[in-house]
Amino acid sequence: MKQSEEKPSWARRIIDLYVDGFRNMTVGKTLWAVIIVKLILIFALLKLFFFPNFLSTNFSDDAERAEYVRGVLSSDDGE
Amino acid sequence: MDDIVSLVDWSRAQFALTAIYHWLFVPLTLGLSVIVAVMETMYVRTGDVKWLGLTKFWMRLFGINFAMGVATGIILEFEFGTNWSNYSWFVGDIFGAPLAIEGLLAFFMESTFIAVMFFGWKKVSKRFHLTATWLTAIGSSLSAWWILVANAWMQYPVGMEFDPAQMRNVMADFWAVAFSPVAVNKFFHAVMCGWTVSGVFVIGVSCWMLMKKRNIEASLSSIKLAGWVGLIGIVGTMATGDGSAKEVARVQPMKLAAMEGVYHGNEGQEITTFGVLTPGKTYADDKDEFIFHIAIPKGLSFLATGDFDAFVPGVNDLVDGYAVNEAGDTIFSGVSYAERIARGKEAHASLRAFDAAMKAGDTAAMQQSKAELMKNYEFFGYGYFDSVDEAIPNVPITFYMFHLMVILGGYLLAMLAASLFLAYKKQSWLLGNKLVHLVGMVSIPLVWLCSEAGWAVAECGRQPWLIEGLMPAKAAISAIPATSVIITFVLFAVLFTALLAAELSIMMRQISKHSKEDILSPEV
Repeated sequence: MKQSEEKPSWARRIIDLYVDGFRNMTVGKTLWAVIIVKLILIFALLKLFFFPNFLSTNFSDDAERAEYVRGVLSSDDGE
Repeated sequence: MDDIVSLVDWSRAQFALTAIYHWLFVPLTLGLSVIVAVMETMYVRTGDVKWLGLTKFWMRLFGINFAMGVATGIILEFEFGTNWSNYSWFVGDIFGAPLAIEGLLAFFMESTFIAVMFFGWKKVSKRFHLTATWLTAIGSSLSAWWILVANAWMQYPVGMEFDPAQMRNVMADFWAVAFSPVAVNKFFHAVMCGWTVSGVFVIGVSCWMLMKKRNIEASLSSIKLAGWVGLIGIVGTMATGDGSAKEVARVQPMKLAAMEGVYHGNEGQEITTFGVLTPGKTYADDKDEFIFHIAIPKGLSFLATGDFDAFVPGVNDLVDGYAVNEAGDTIFSGVSYAERIARGKEAHASLRAFDAAMKAGDTAAMQQSKAELMKNYEFFGYGYFDSVDEAIPNVPITFYMFHLMVILGGYLLAMLAASLFLAYKKQSWLLGNKLVHLVGMVSIPLVWLCSEAGWAVAECGRQPWLIEGLMPAKAAISAIPATSVIITFVLFAVLFTALLAAELSIMMRQISKHSKEDILSPEV
């Protein structure tokens, strides 16, 4: 008597979906290469070297940041 | 002063460049996801593999566009923290909450179900796959909702209370923010724009295939479906545009005045359909507003208010704070810009007093100065100006972008209607006429131009404000050297142009390659 095969678990099926999907990609491989290059440029280059968070970098806590912003936004130069 | 101007202008230019780039991809995601979902619905309902073939062909292009657009929005968030730190702090959780919801809910929903869309053929049931496709389309729109809620709040700040101790606007009414009438209208306007862009894109690509005599039946079917989606889109865009105009008239009257180049308003104000502004015209001179213009009588009054005889204020009326008709009756009364500036400066003085009281630990003085501040808070942003002309947007840019959008919108309505007419009633013209094919193809860059022009109106027309009435651009920027902004602007321009060229090349090669296959006989 032929034994019936066990149905794979949901987790296995999800993993297979992604693994088989990535393995069988055609233009997707090129697109993923573009995405990865873009993400490296954005996060490893631009964000790291050119886009520091101004307030996080220059002030140590929220109270200092609030005080700085209050000073800038209420400054009376020109009045 | 020149340094600040340079820093503001370069920071604005950088944000504009990156936002324009981001908006190249978003409308196609919004609309093409719906077109693909409808095609797949036809396949599941009818079992006709022709629809499966069409679904897979256009889904491939959807995927390419989606991949091209990945991470283009992240740059904008970086810029908030680096270039616009005062703004980022000032808006507190008002701006952050919608962006966080967008990222957590909508993006993950899109990404999860996109995997099923592309990897799930033959692995999941037809109905599950179709559900994933629709959820991807819905997820895209959900993303759009939250981003537009954030943008709408900048145009019409509601649902918040300002806390001078934290220097932040604290959310007081989430629903007022999430369902602001400006946000609701903006959302539907943006989504309908996406349907229009996608409809024209599909028609344009199909026209190219017809010109190459490839996949005739697939192209005809695509034109019919995309024509309907595009036509619904452009009609919806126009209807919501009407709604936008009414909201703008209500909450940003100076923007409306700039959009139409109106300096002195009238009861029964005409609407300009086409015109050339007098170069160098300002609110302070007596020059005519136009060198030449064609106008529809009472049109702007009706567009703005629904009443043909309503008064629509112009730039001068808003600056002066009043307007009288020929009989000498006061027909408009508001707060003059000079008074707004004075009250804004009082608000700043109150904030300085609050700061001093806080440092001295004087709670009573803090409460008093906060109360004084809140009396004038609605004009807080005006306190940064020394003259009223600083509070007026660039009228020529706003006017020309608005009219470019409207003229192209009219063209697109005609083009989409004509596409459907030809597809149903005059197929011989559609199949054999190269001029028709060229019109379809040329419409692709035109619809994108229309779409970008609309955003230019929205964002240039609200200048000088980042937050209407509360924070102008010059108060919002970080104290960083202008040169650092110039460097990143040039970096973006070079990198994004190179990436865009590569991405467009991929898109066009894929269209060319797969148009040579029999689209209507896919692998099942």
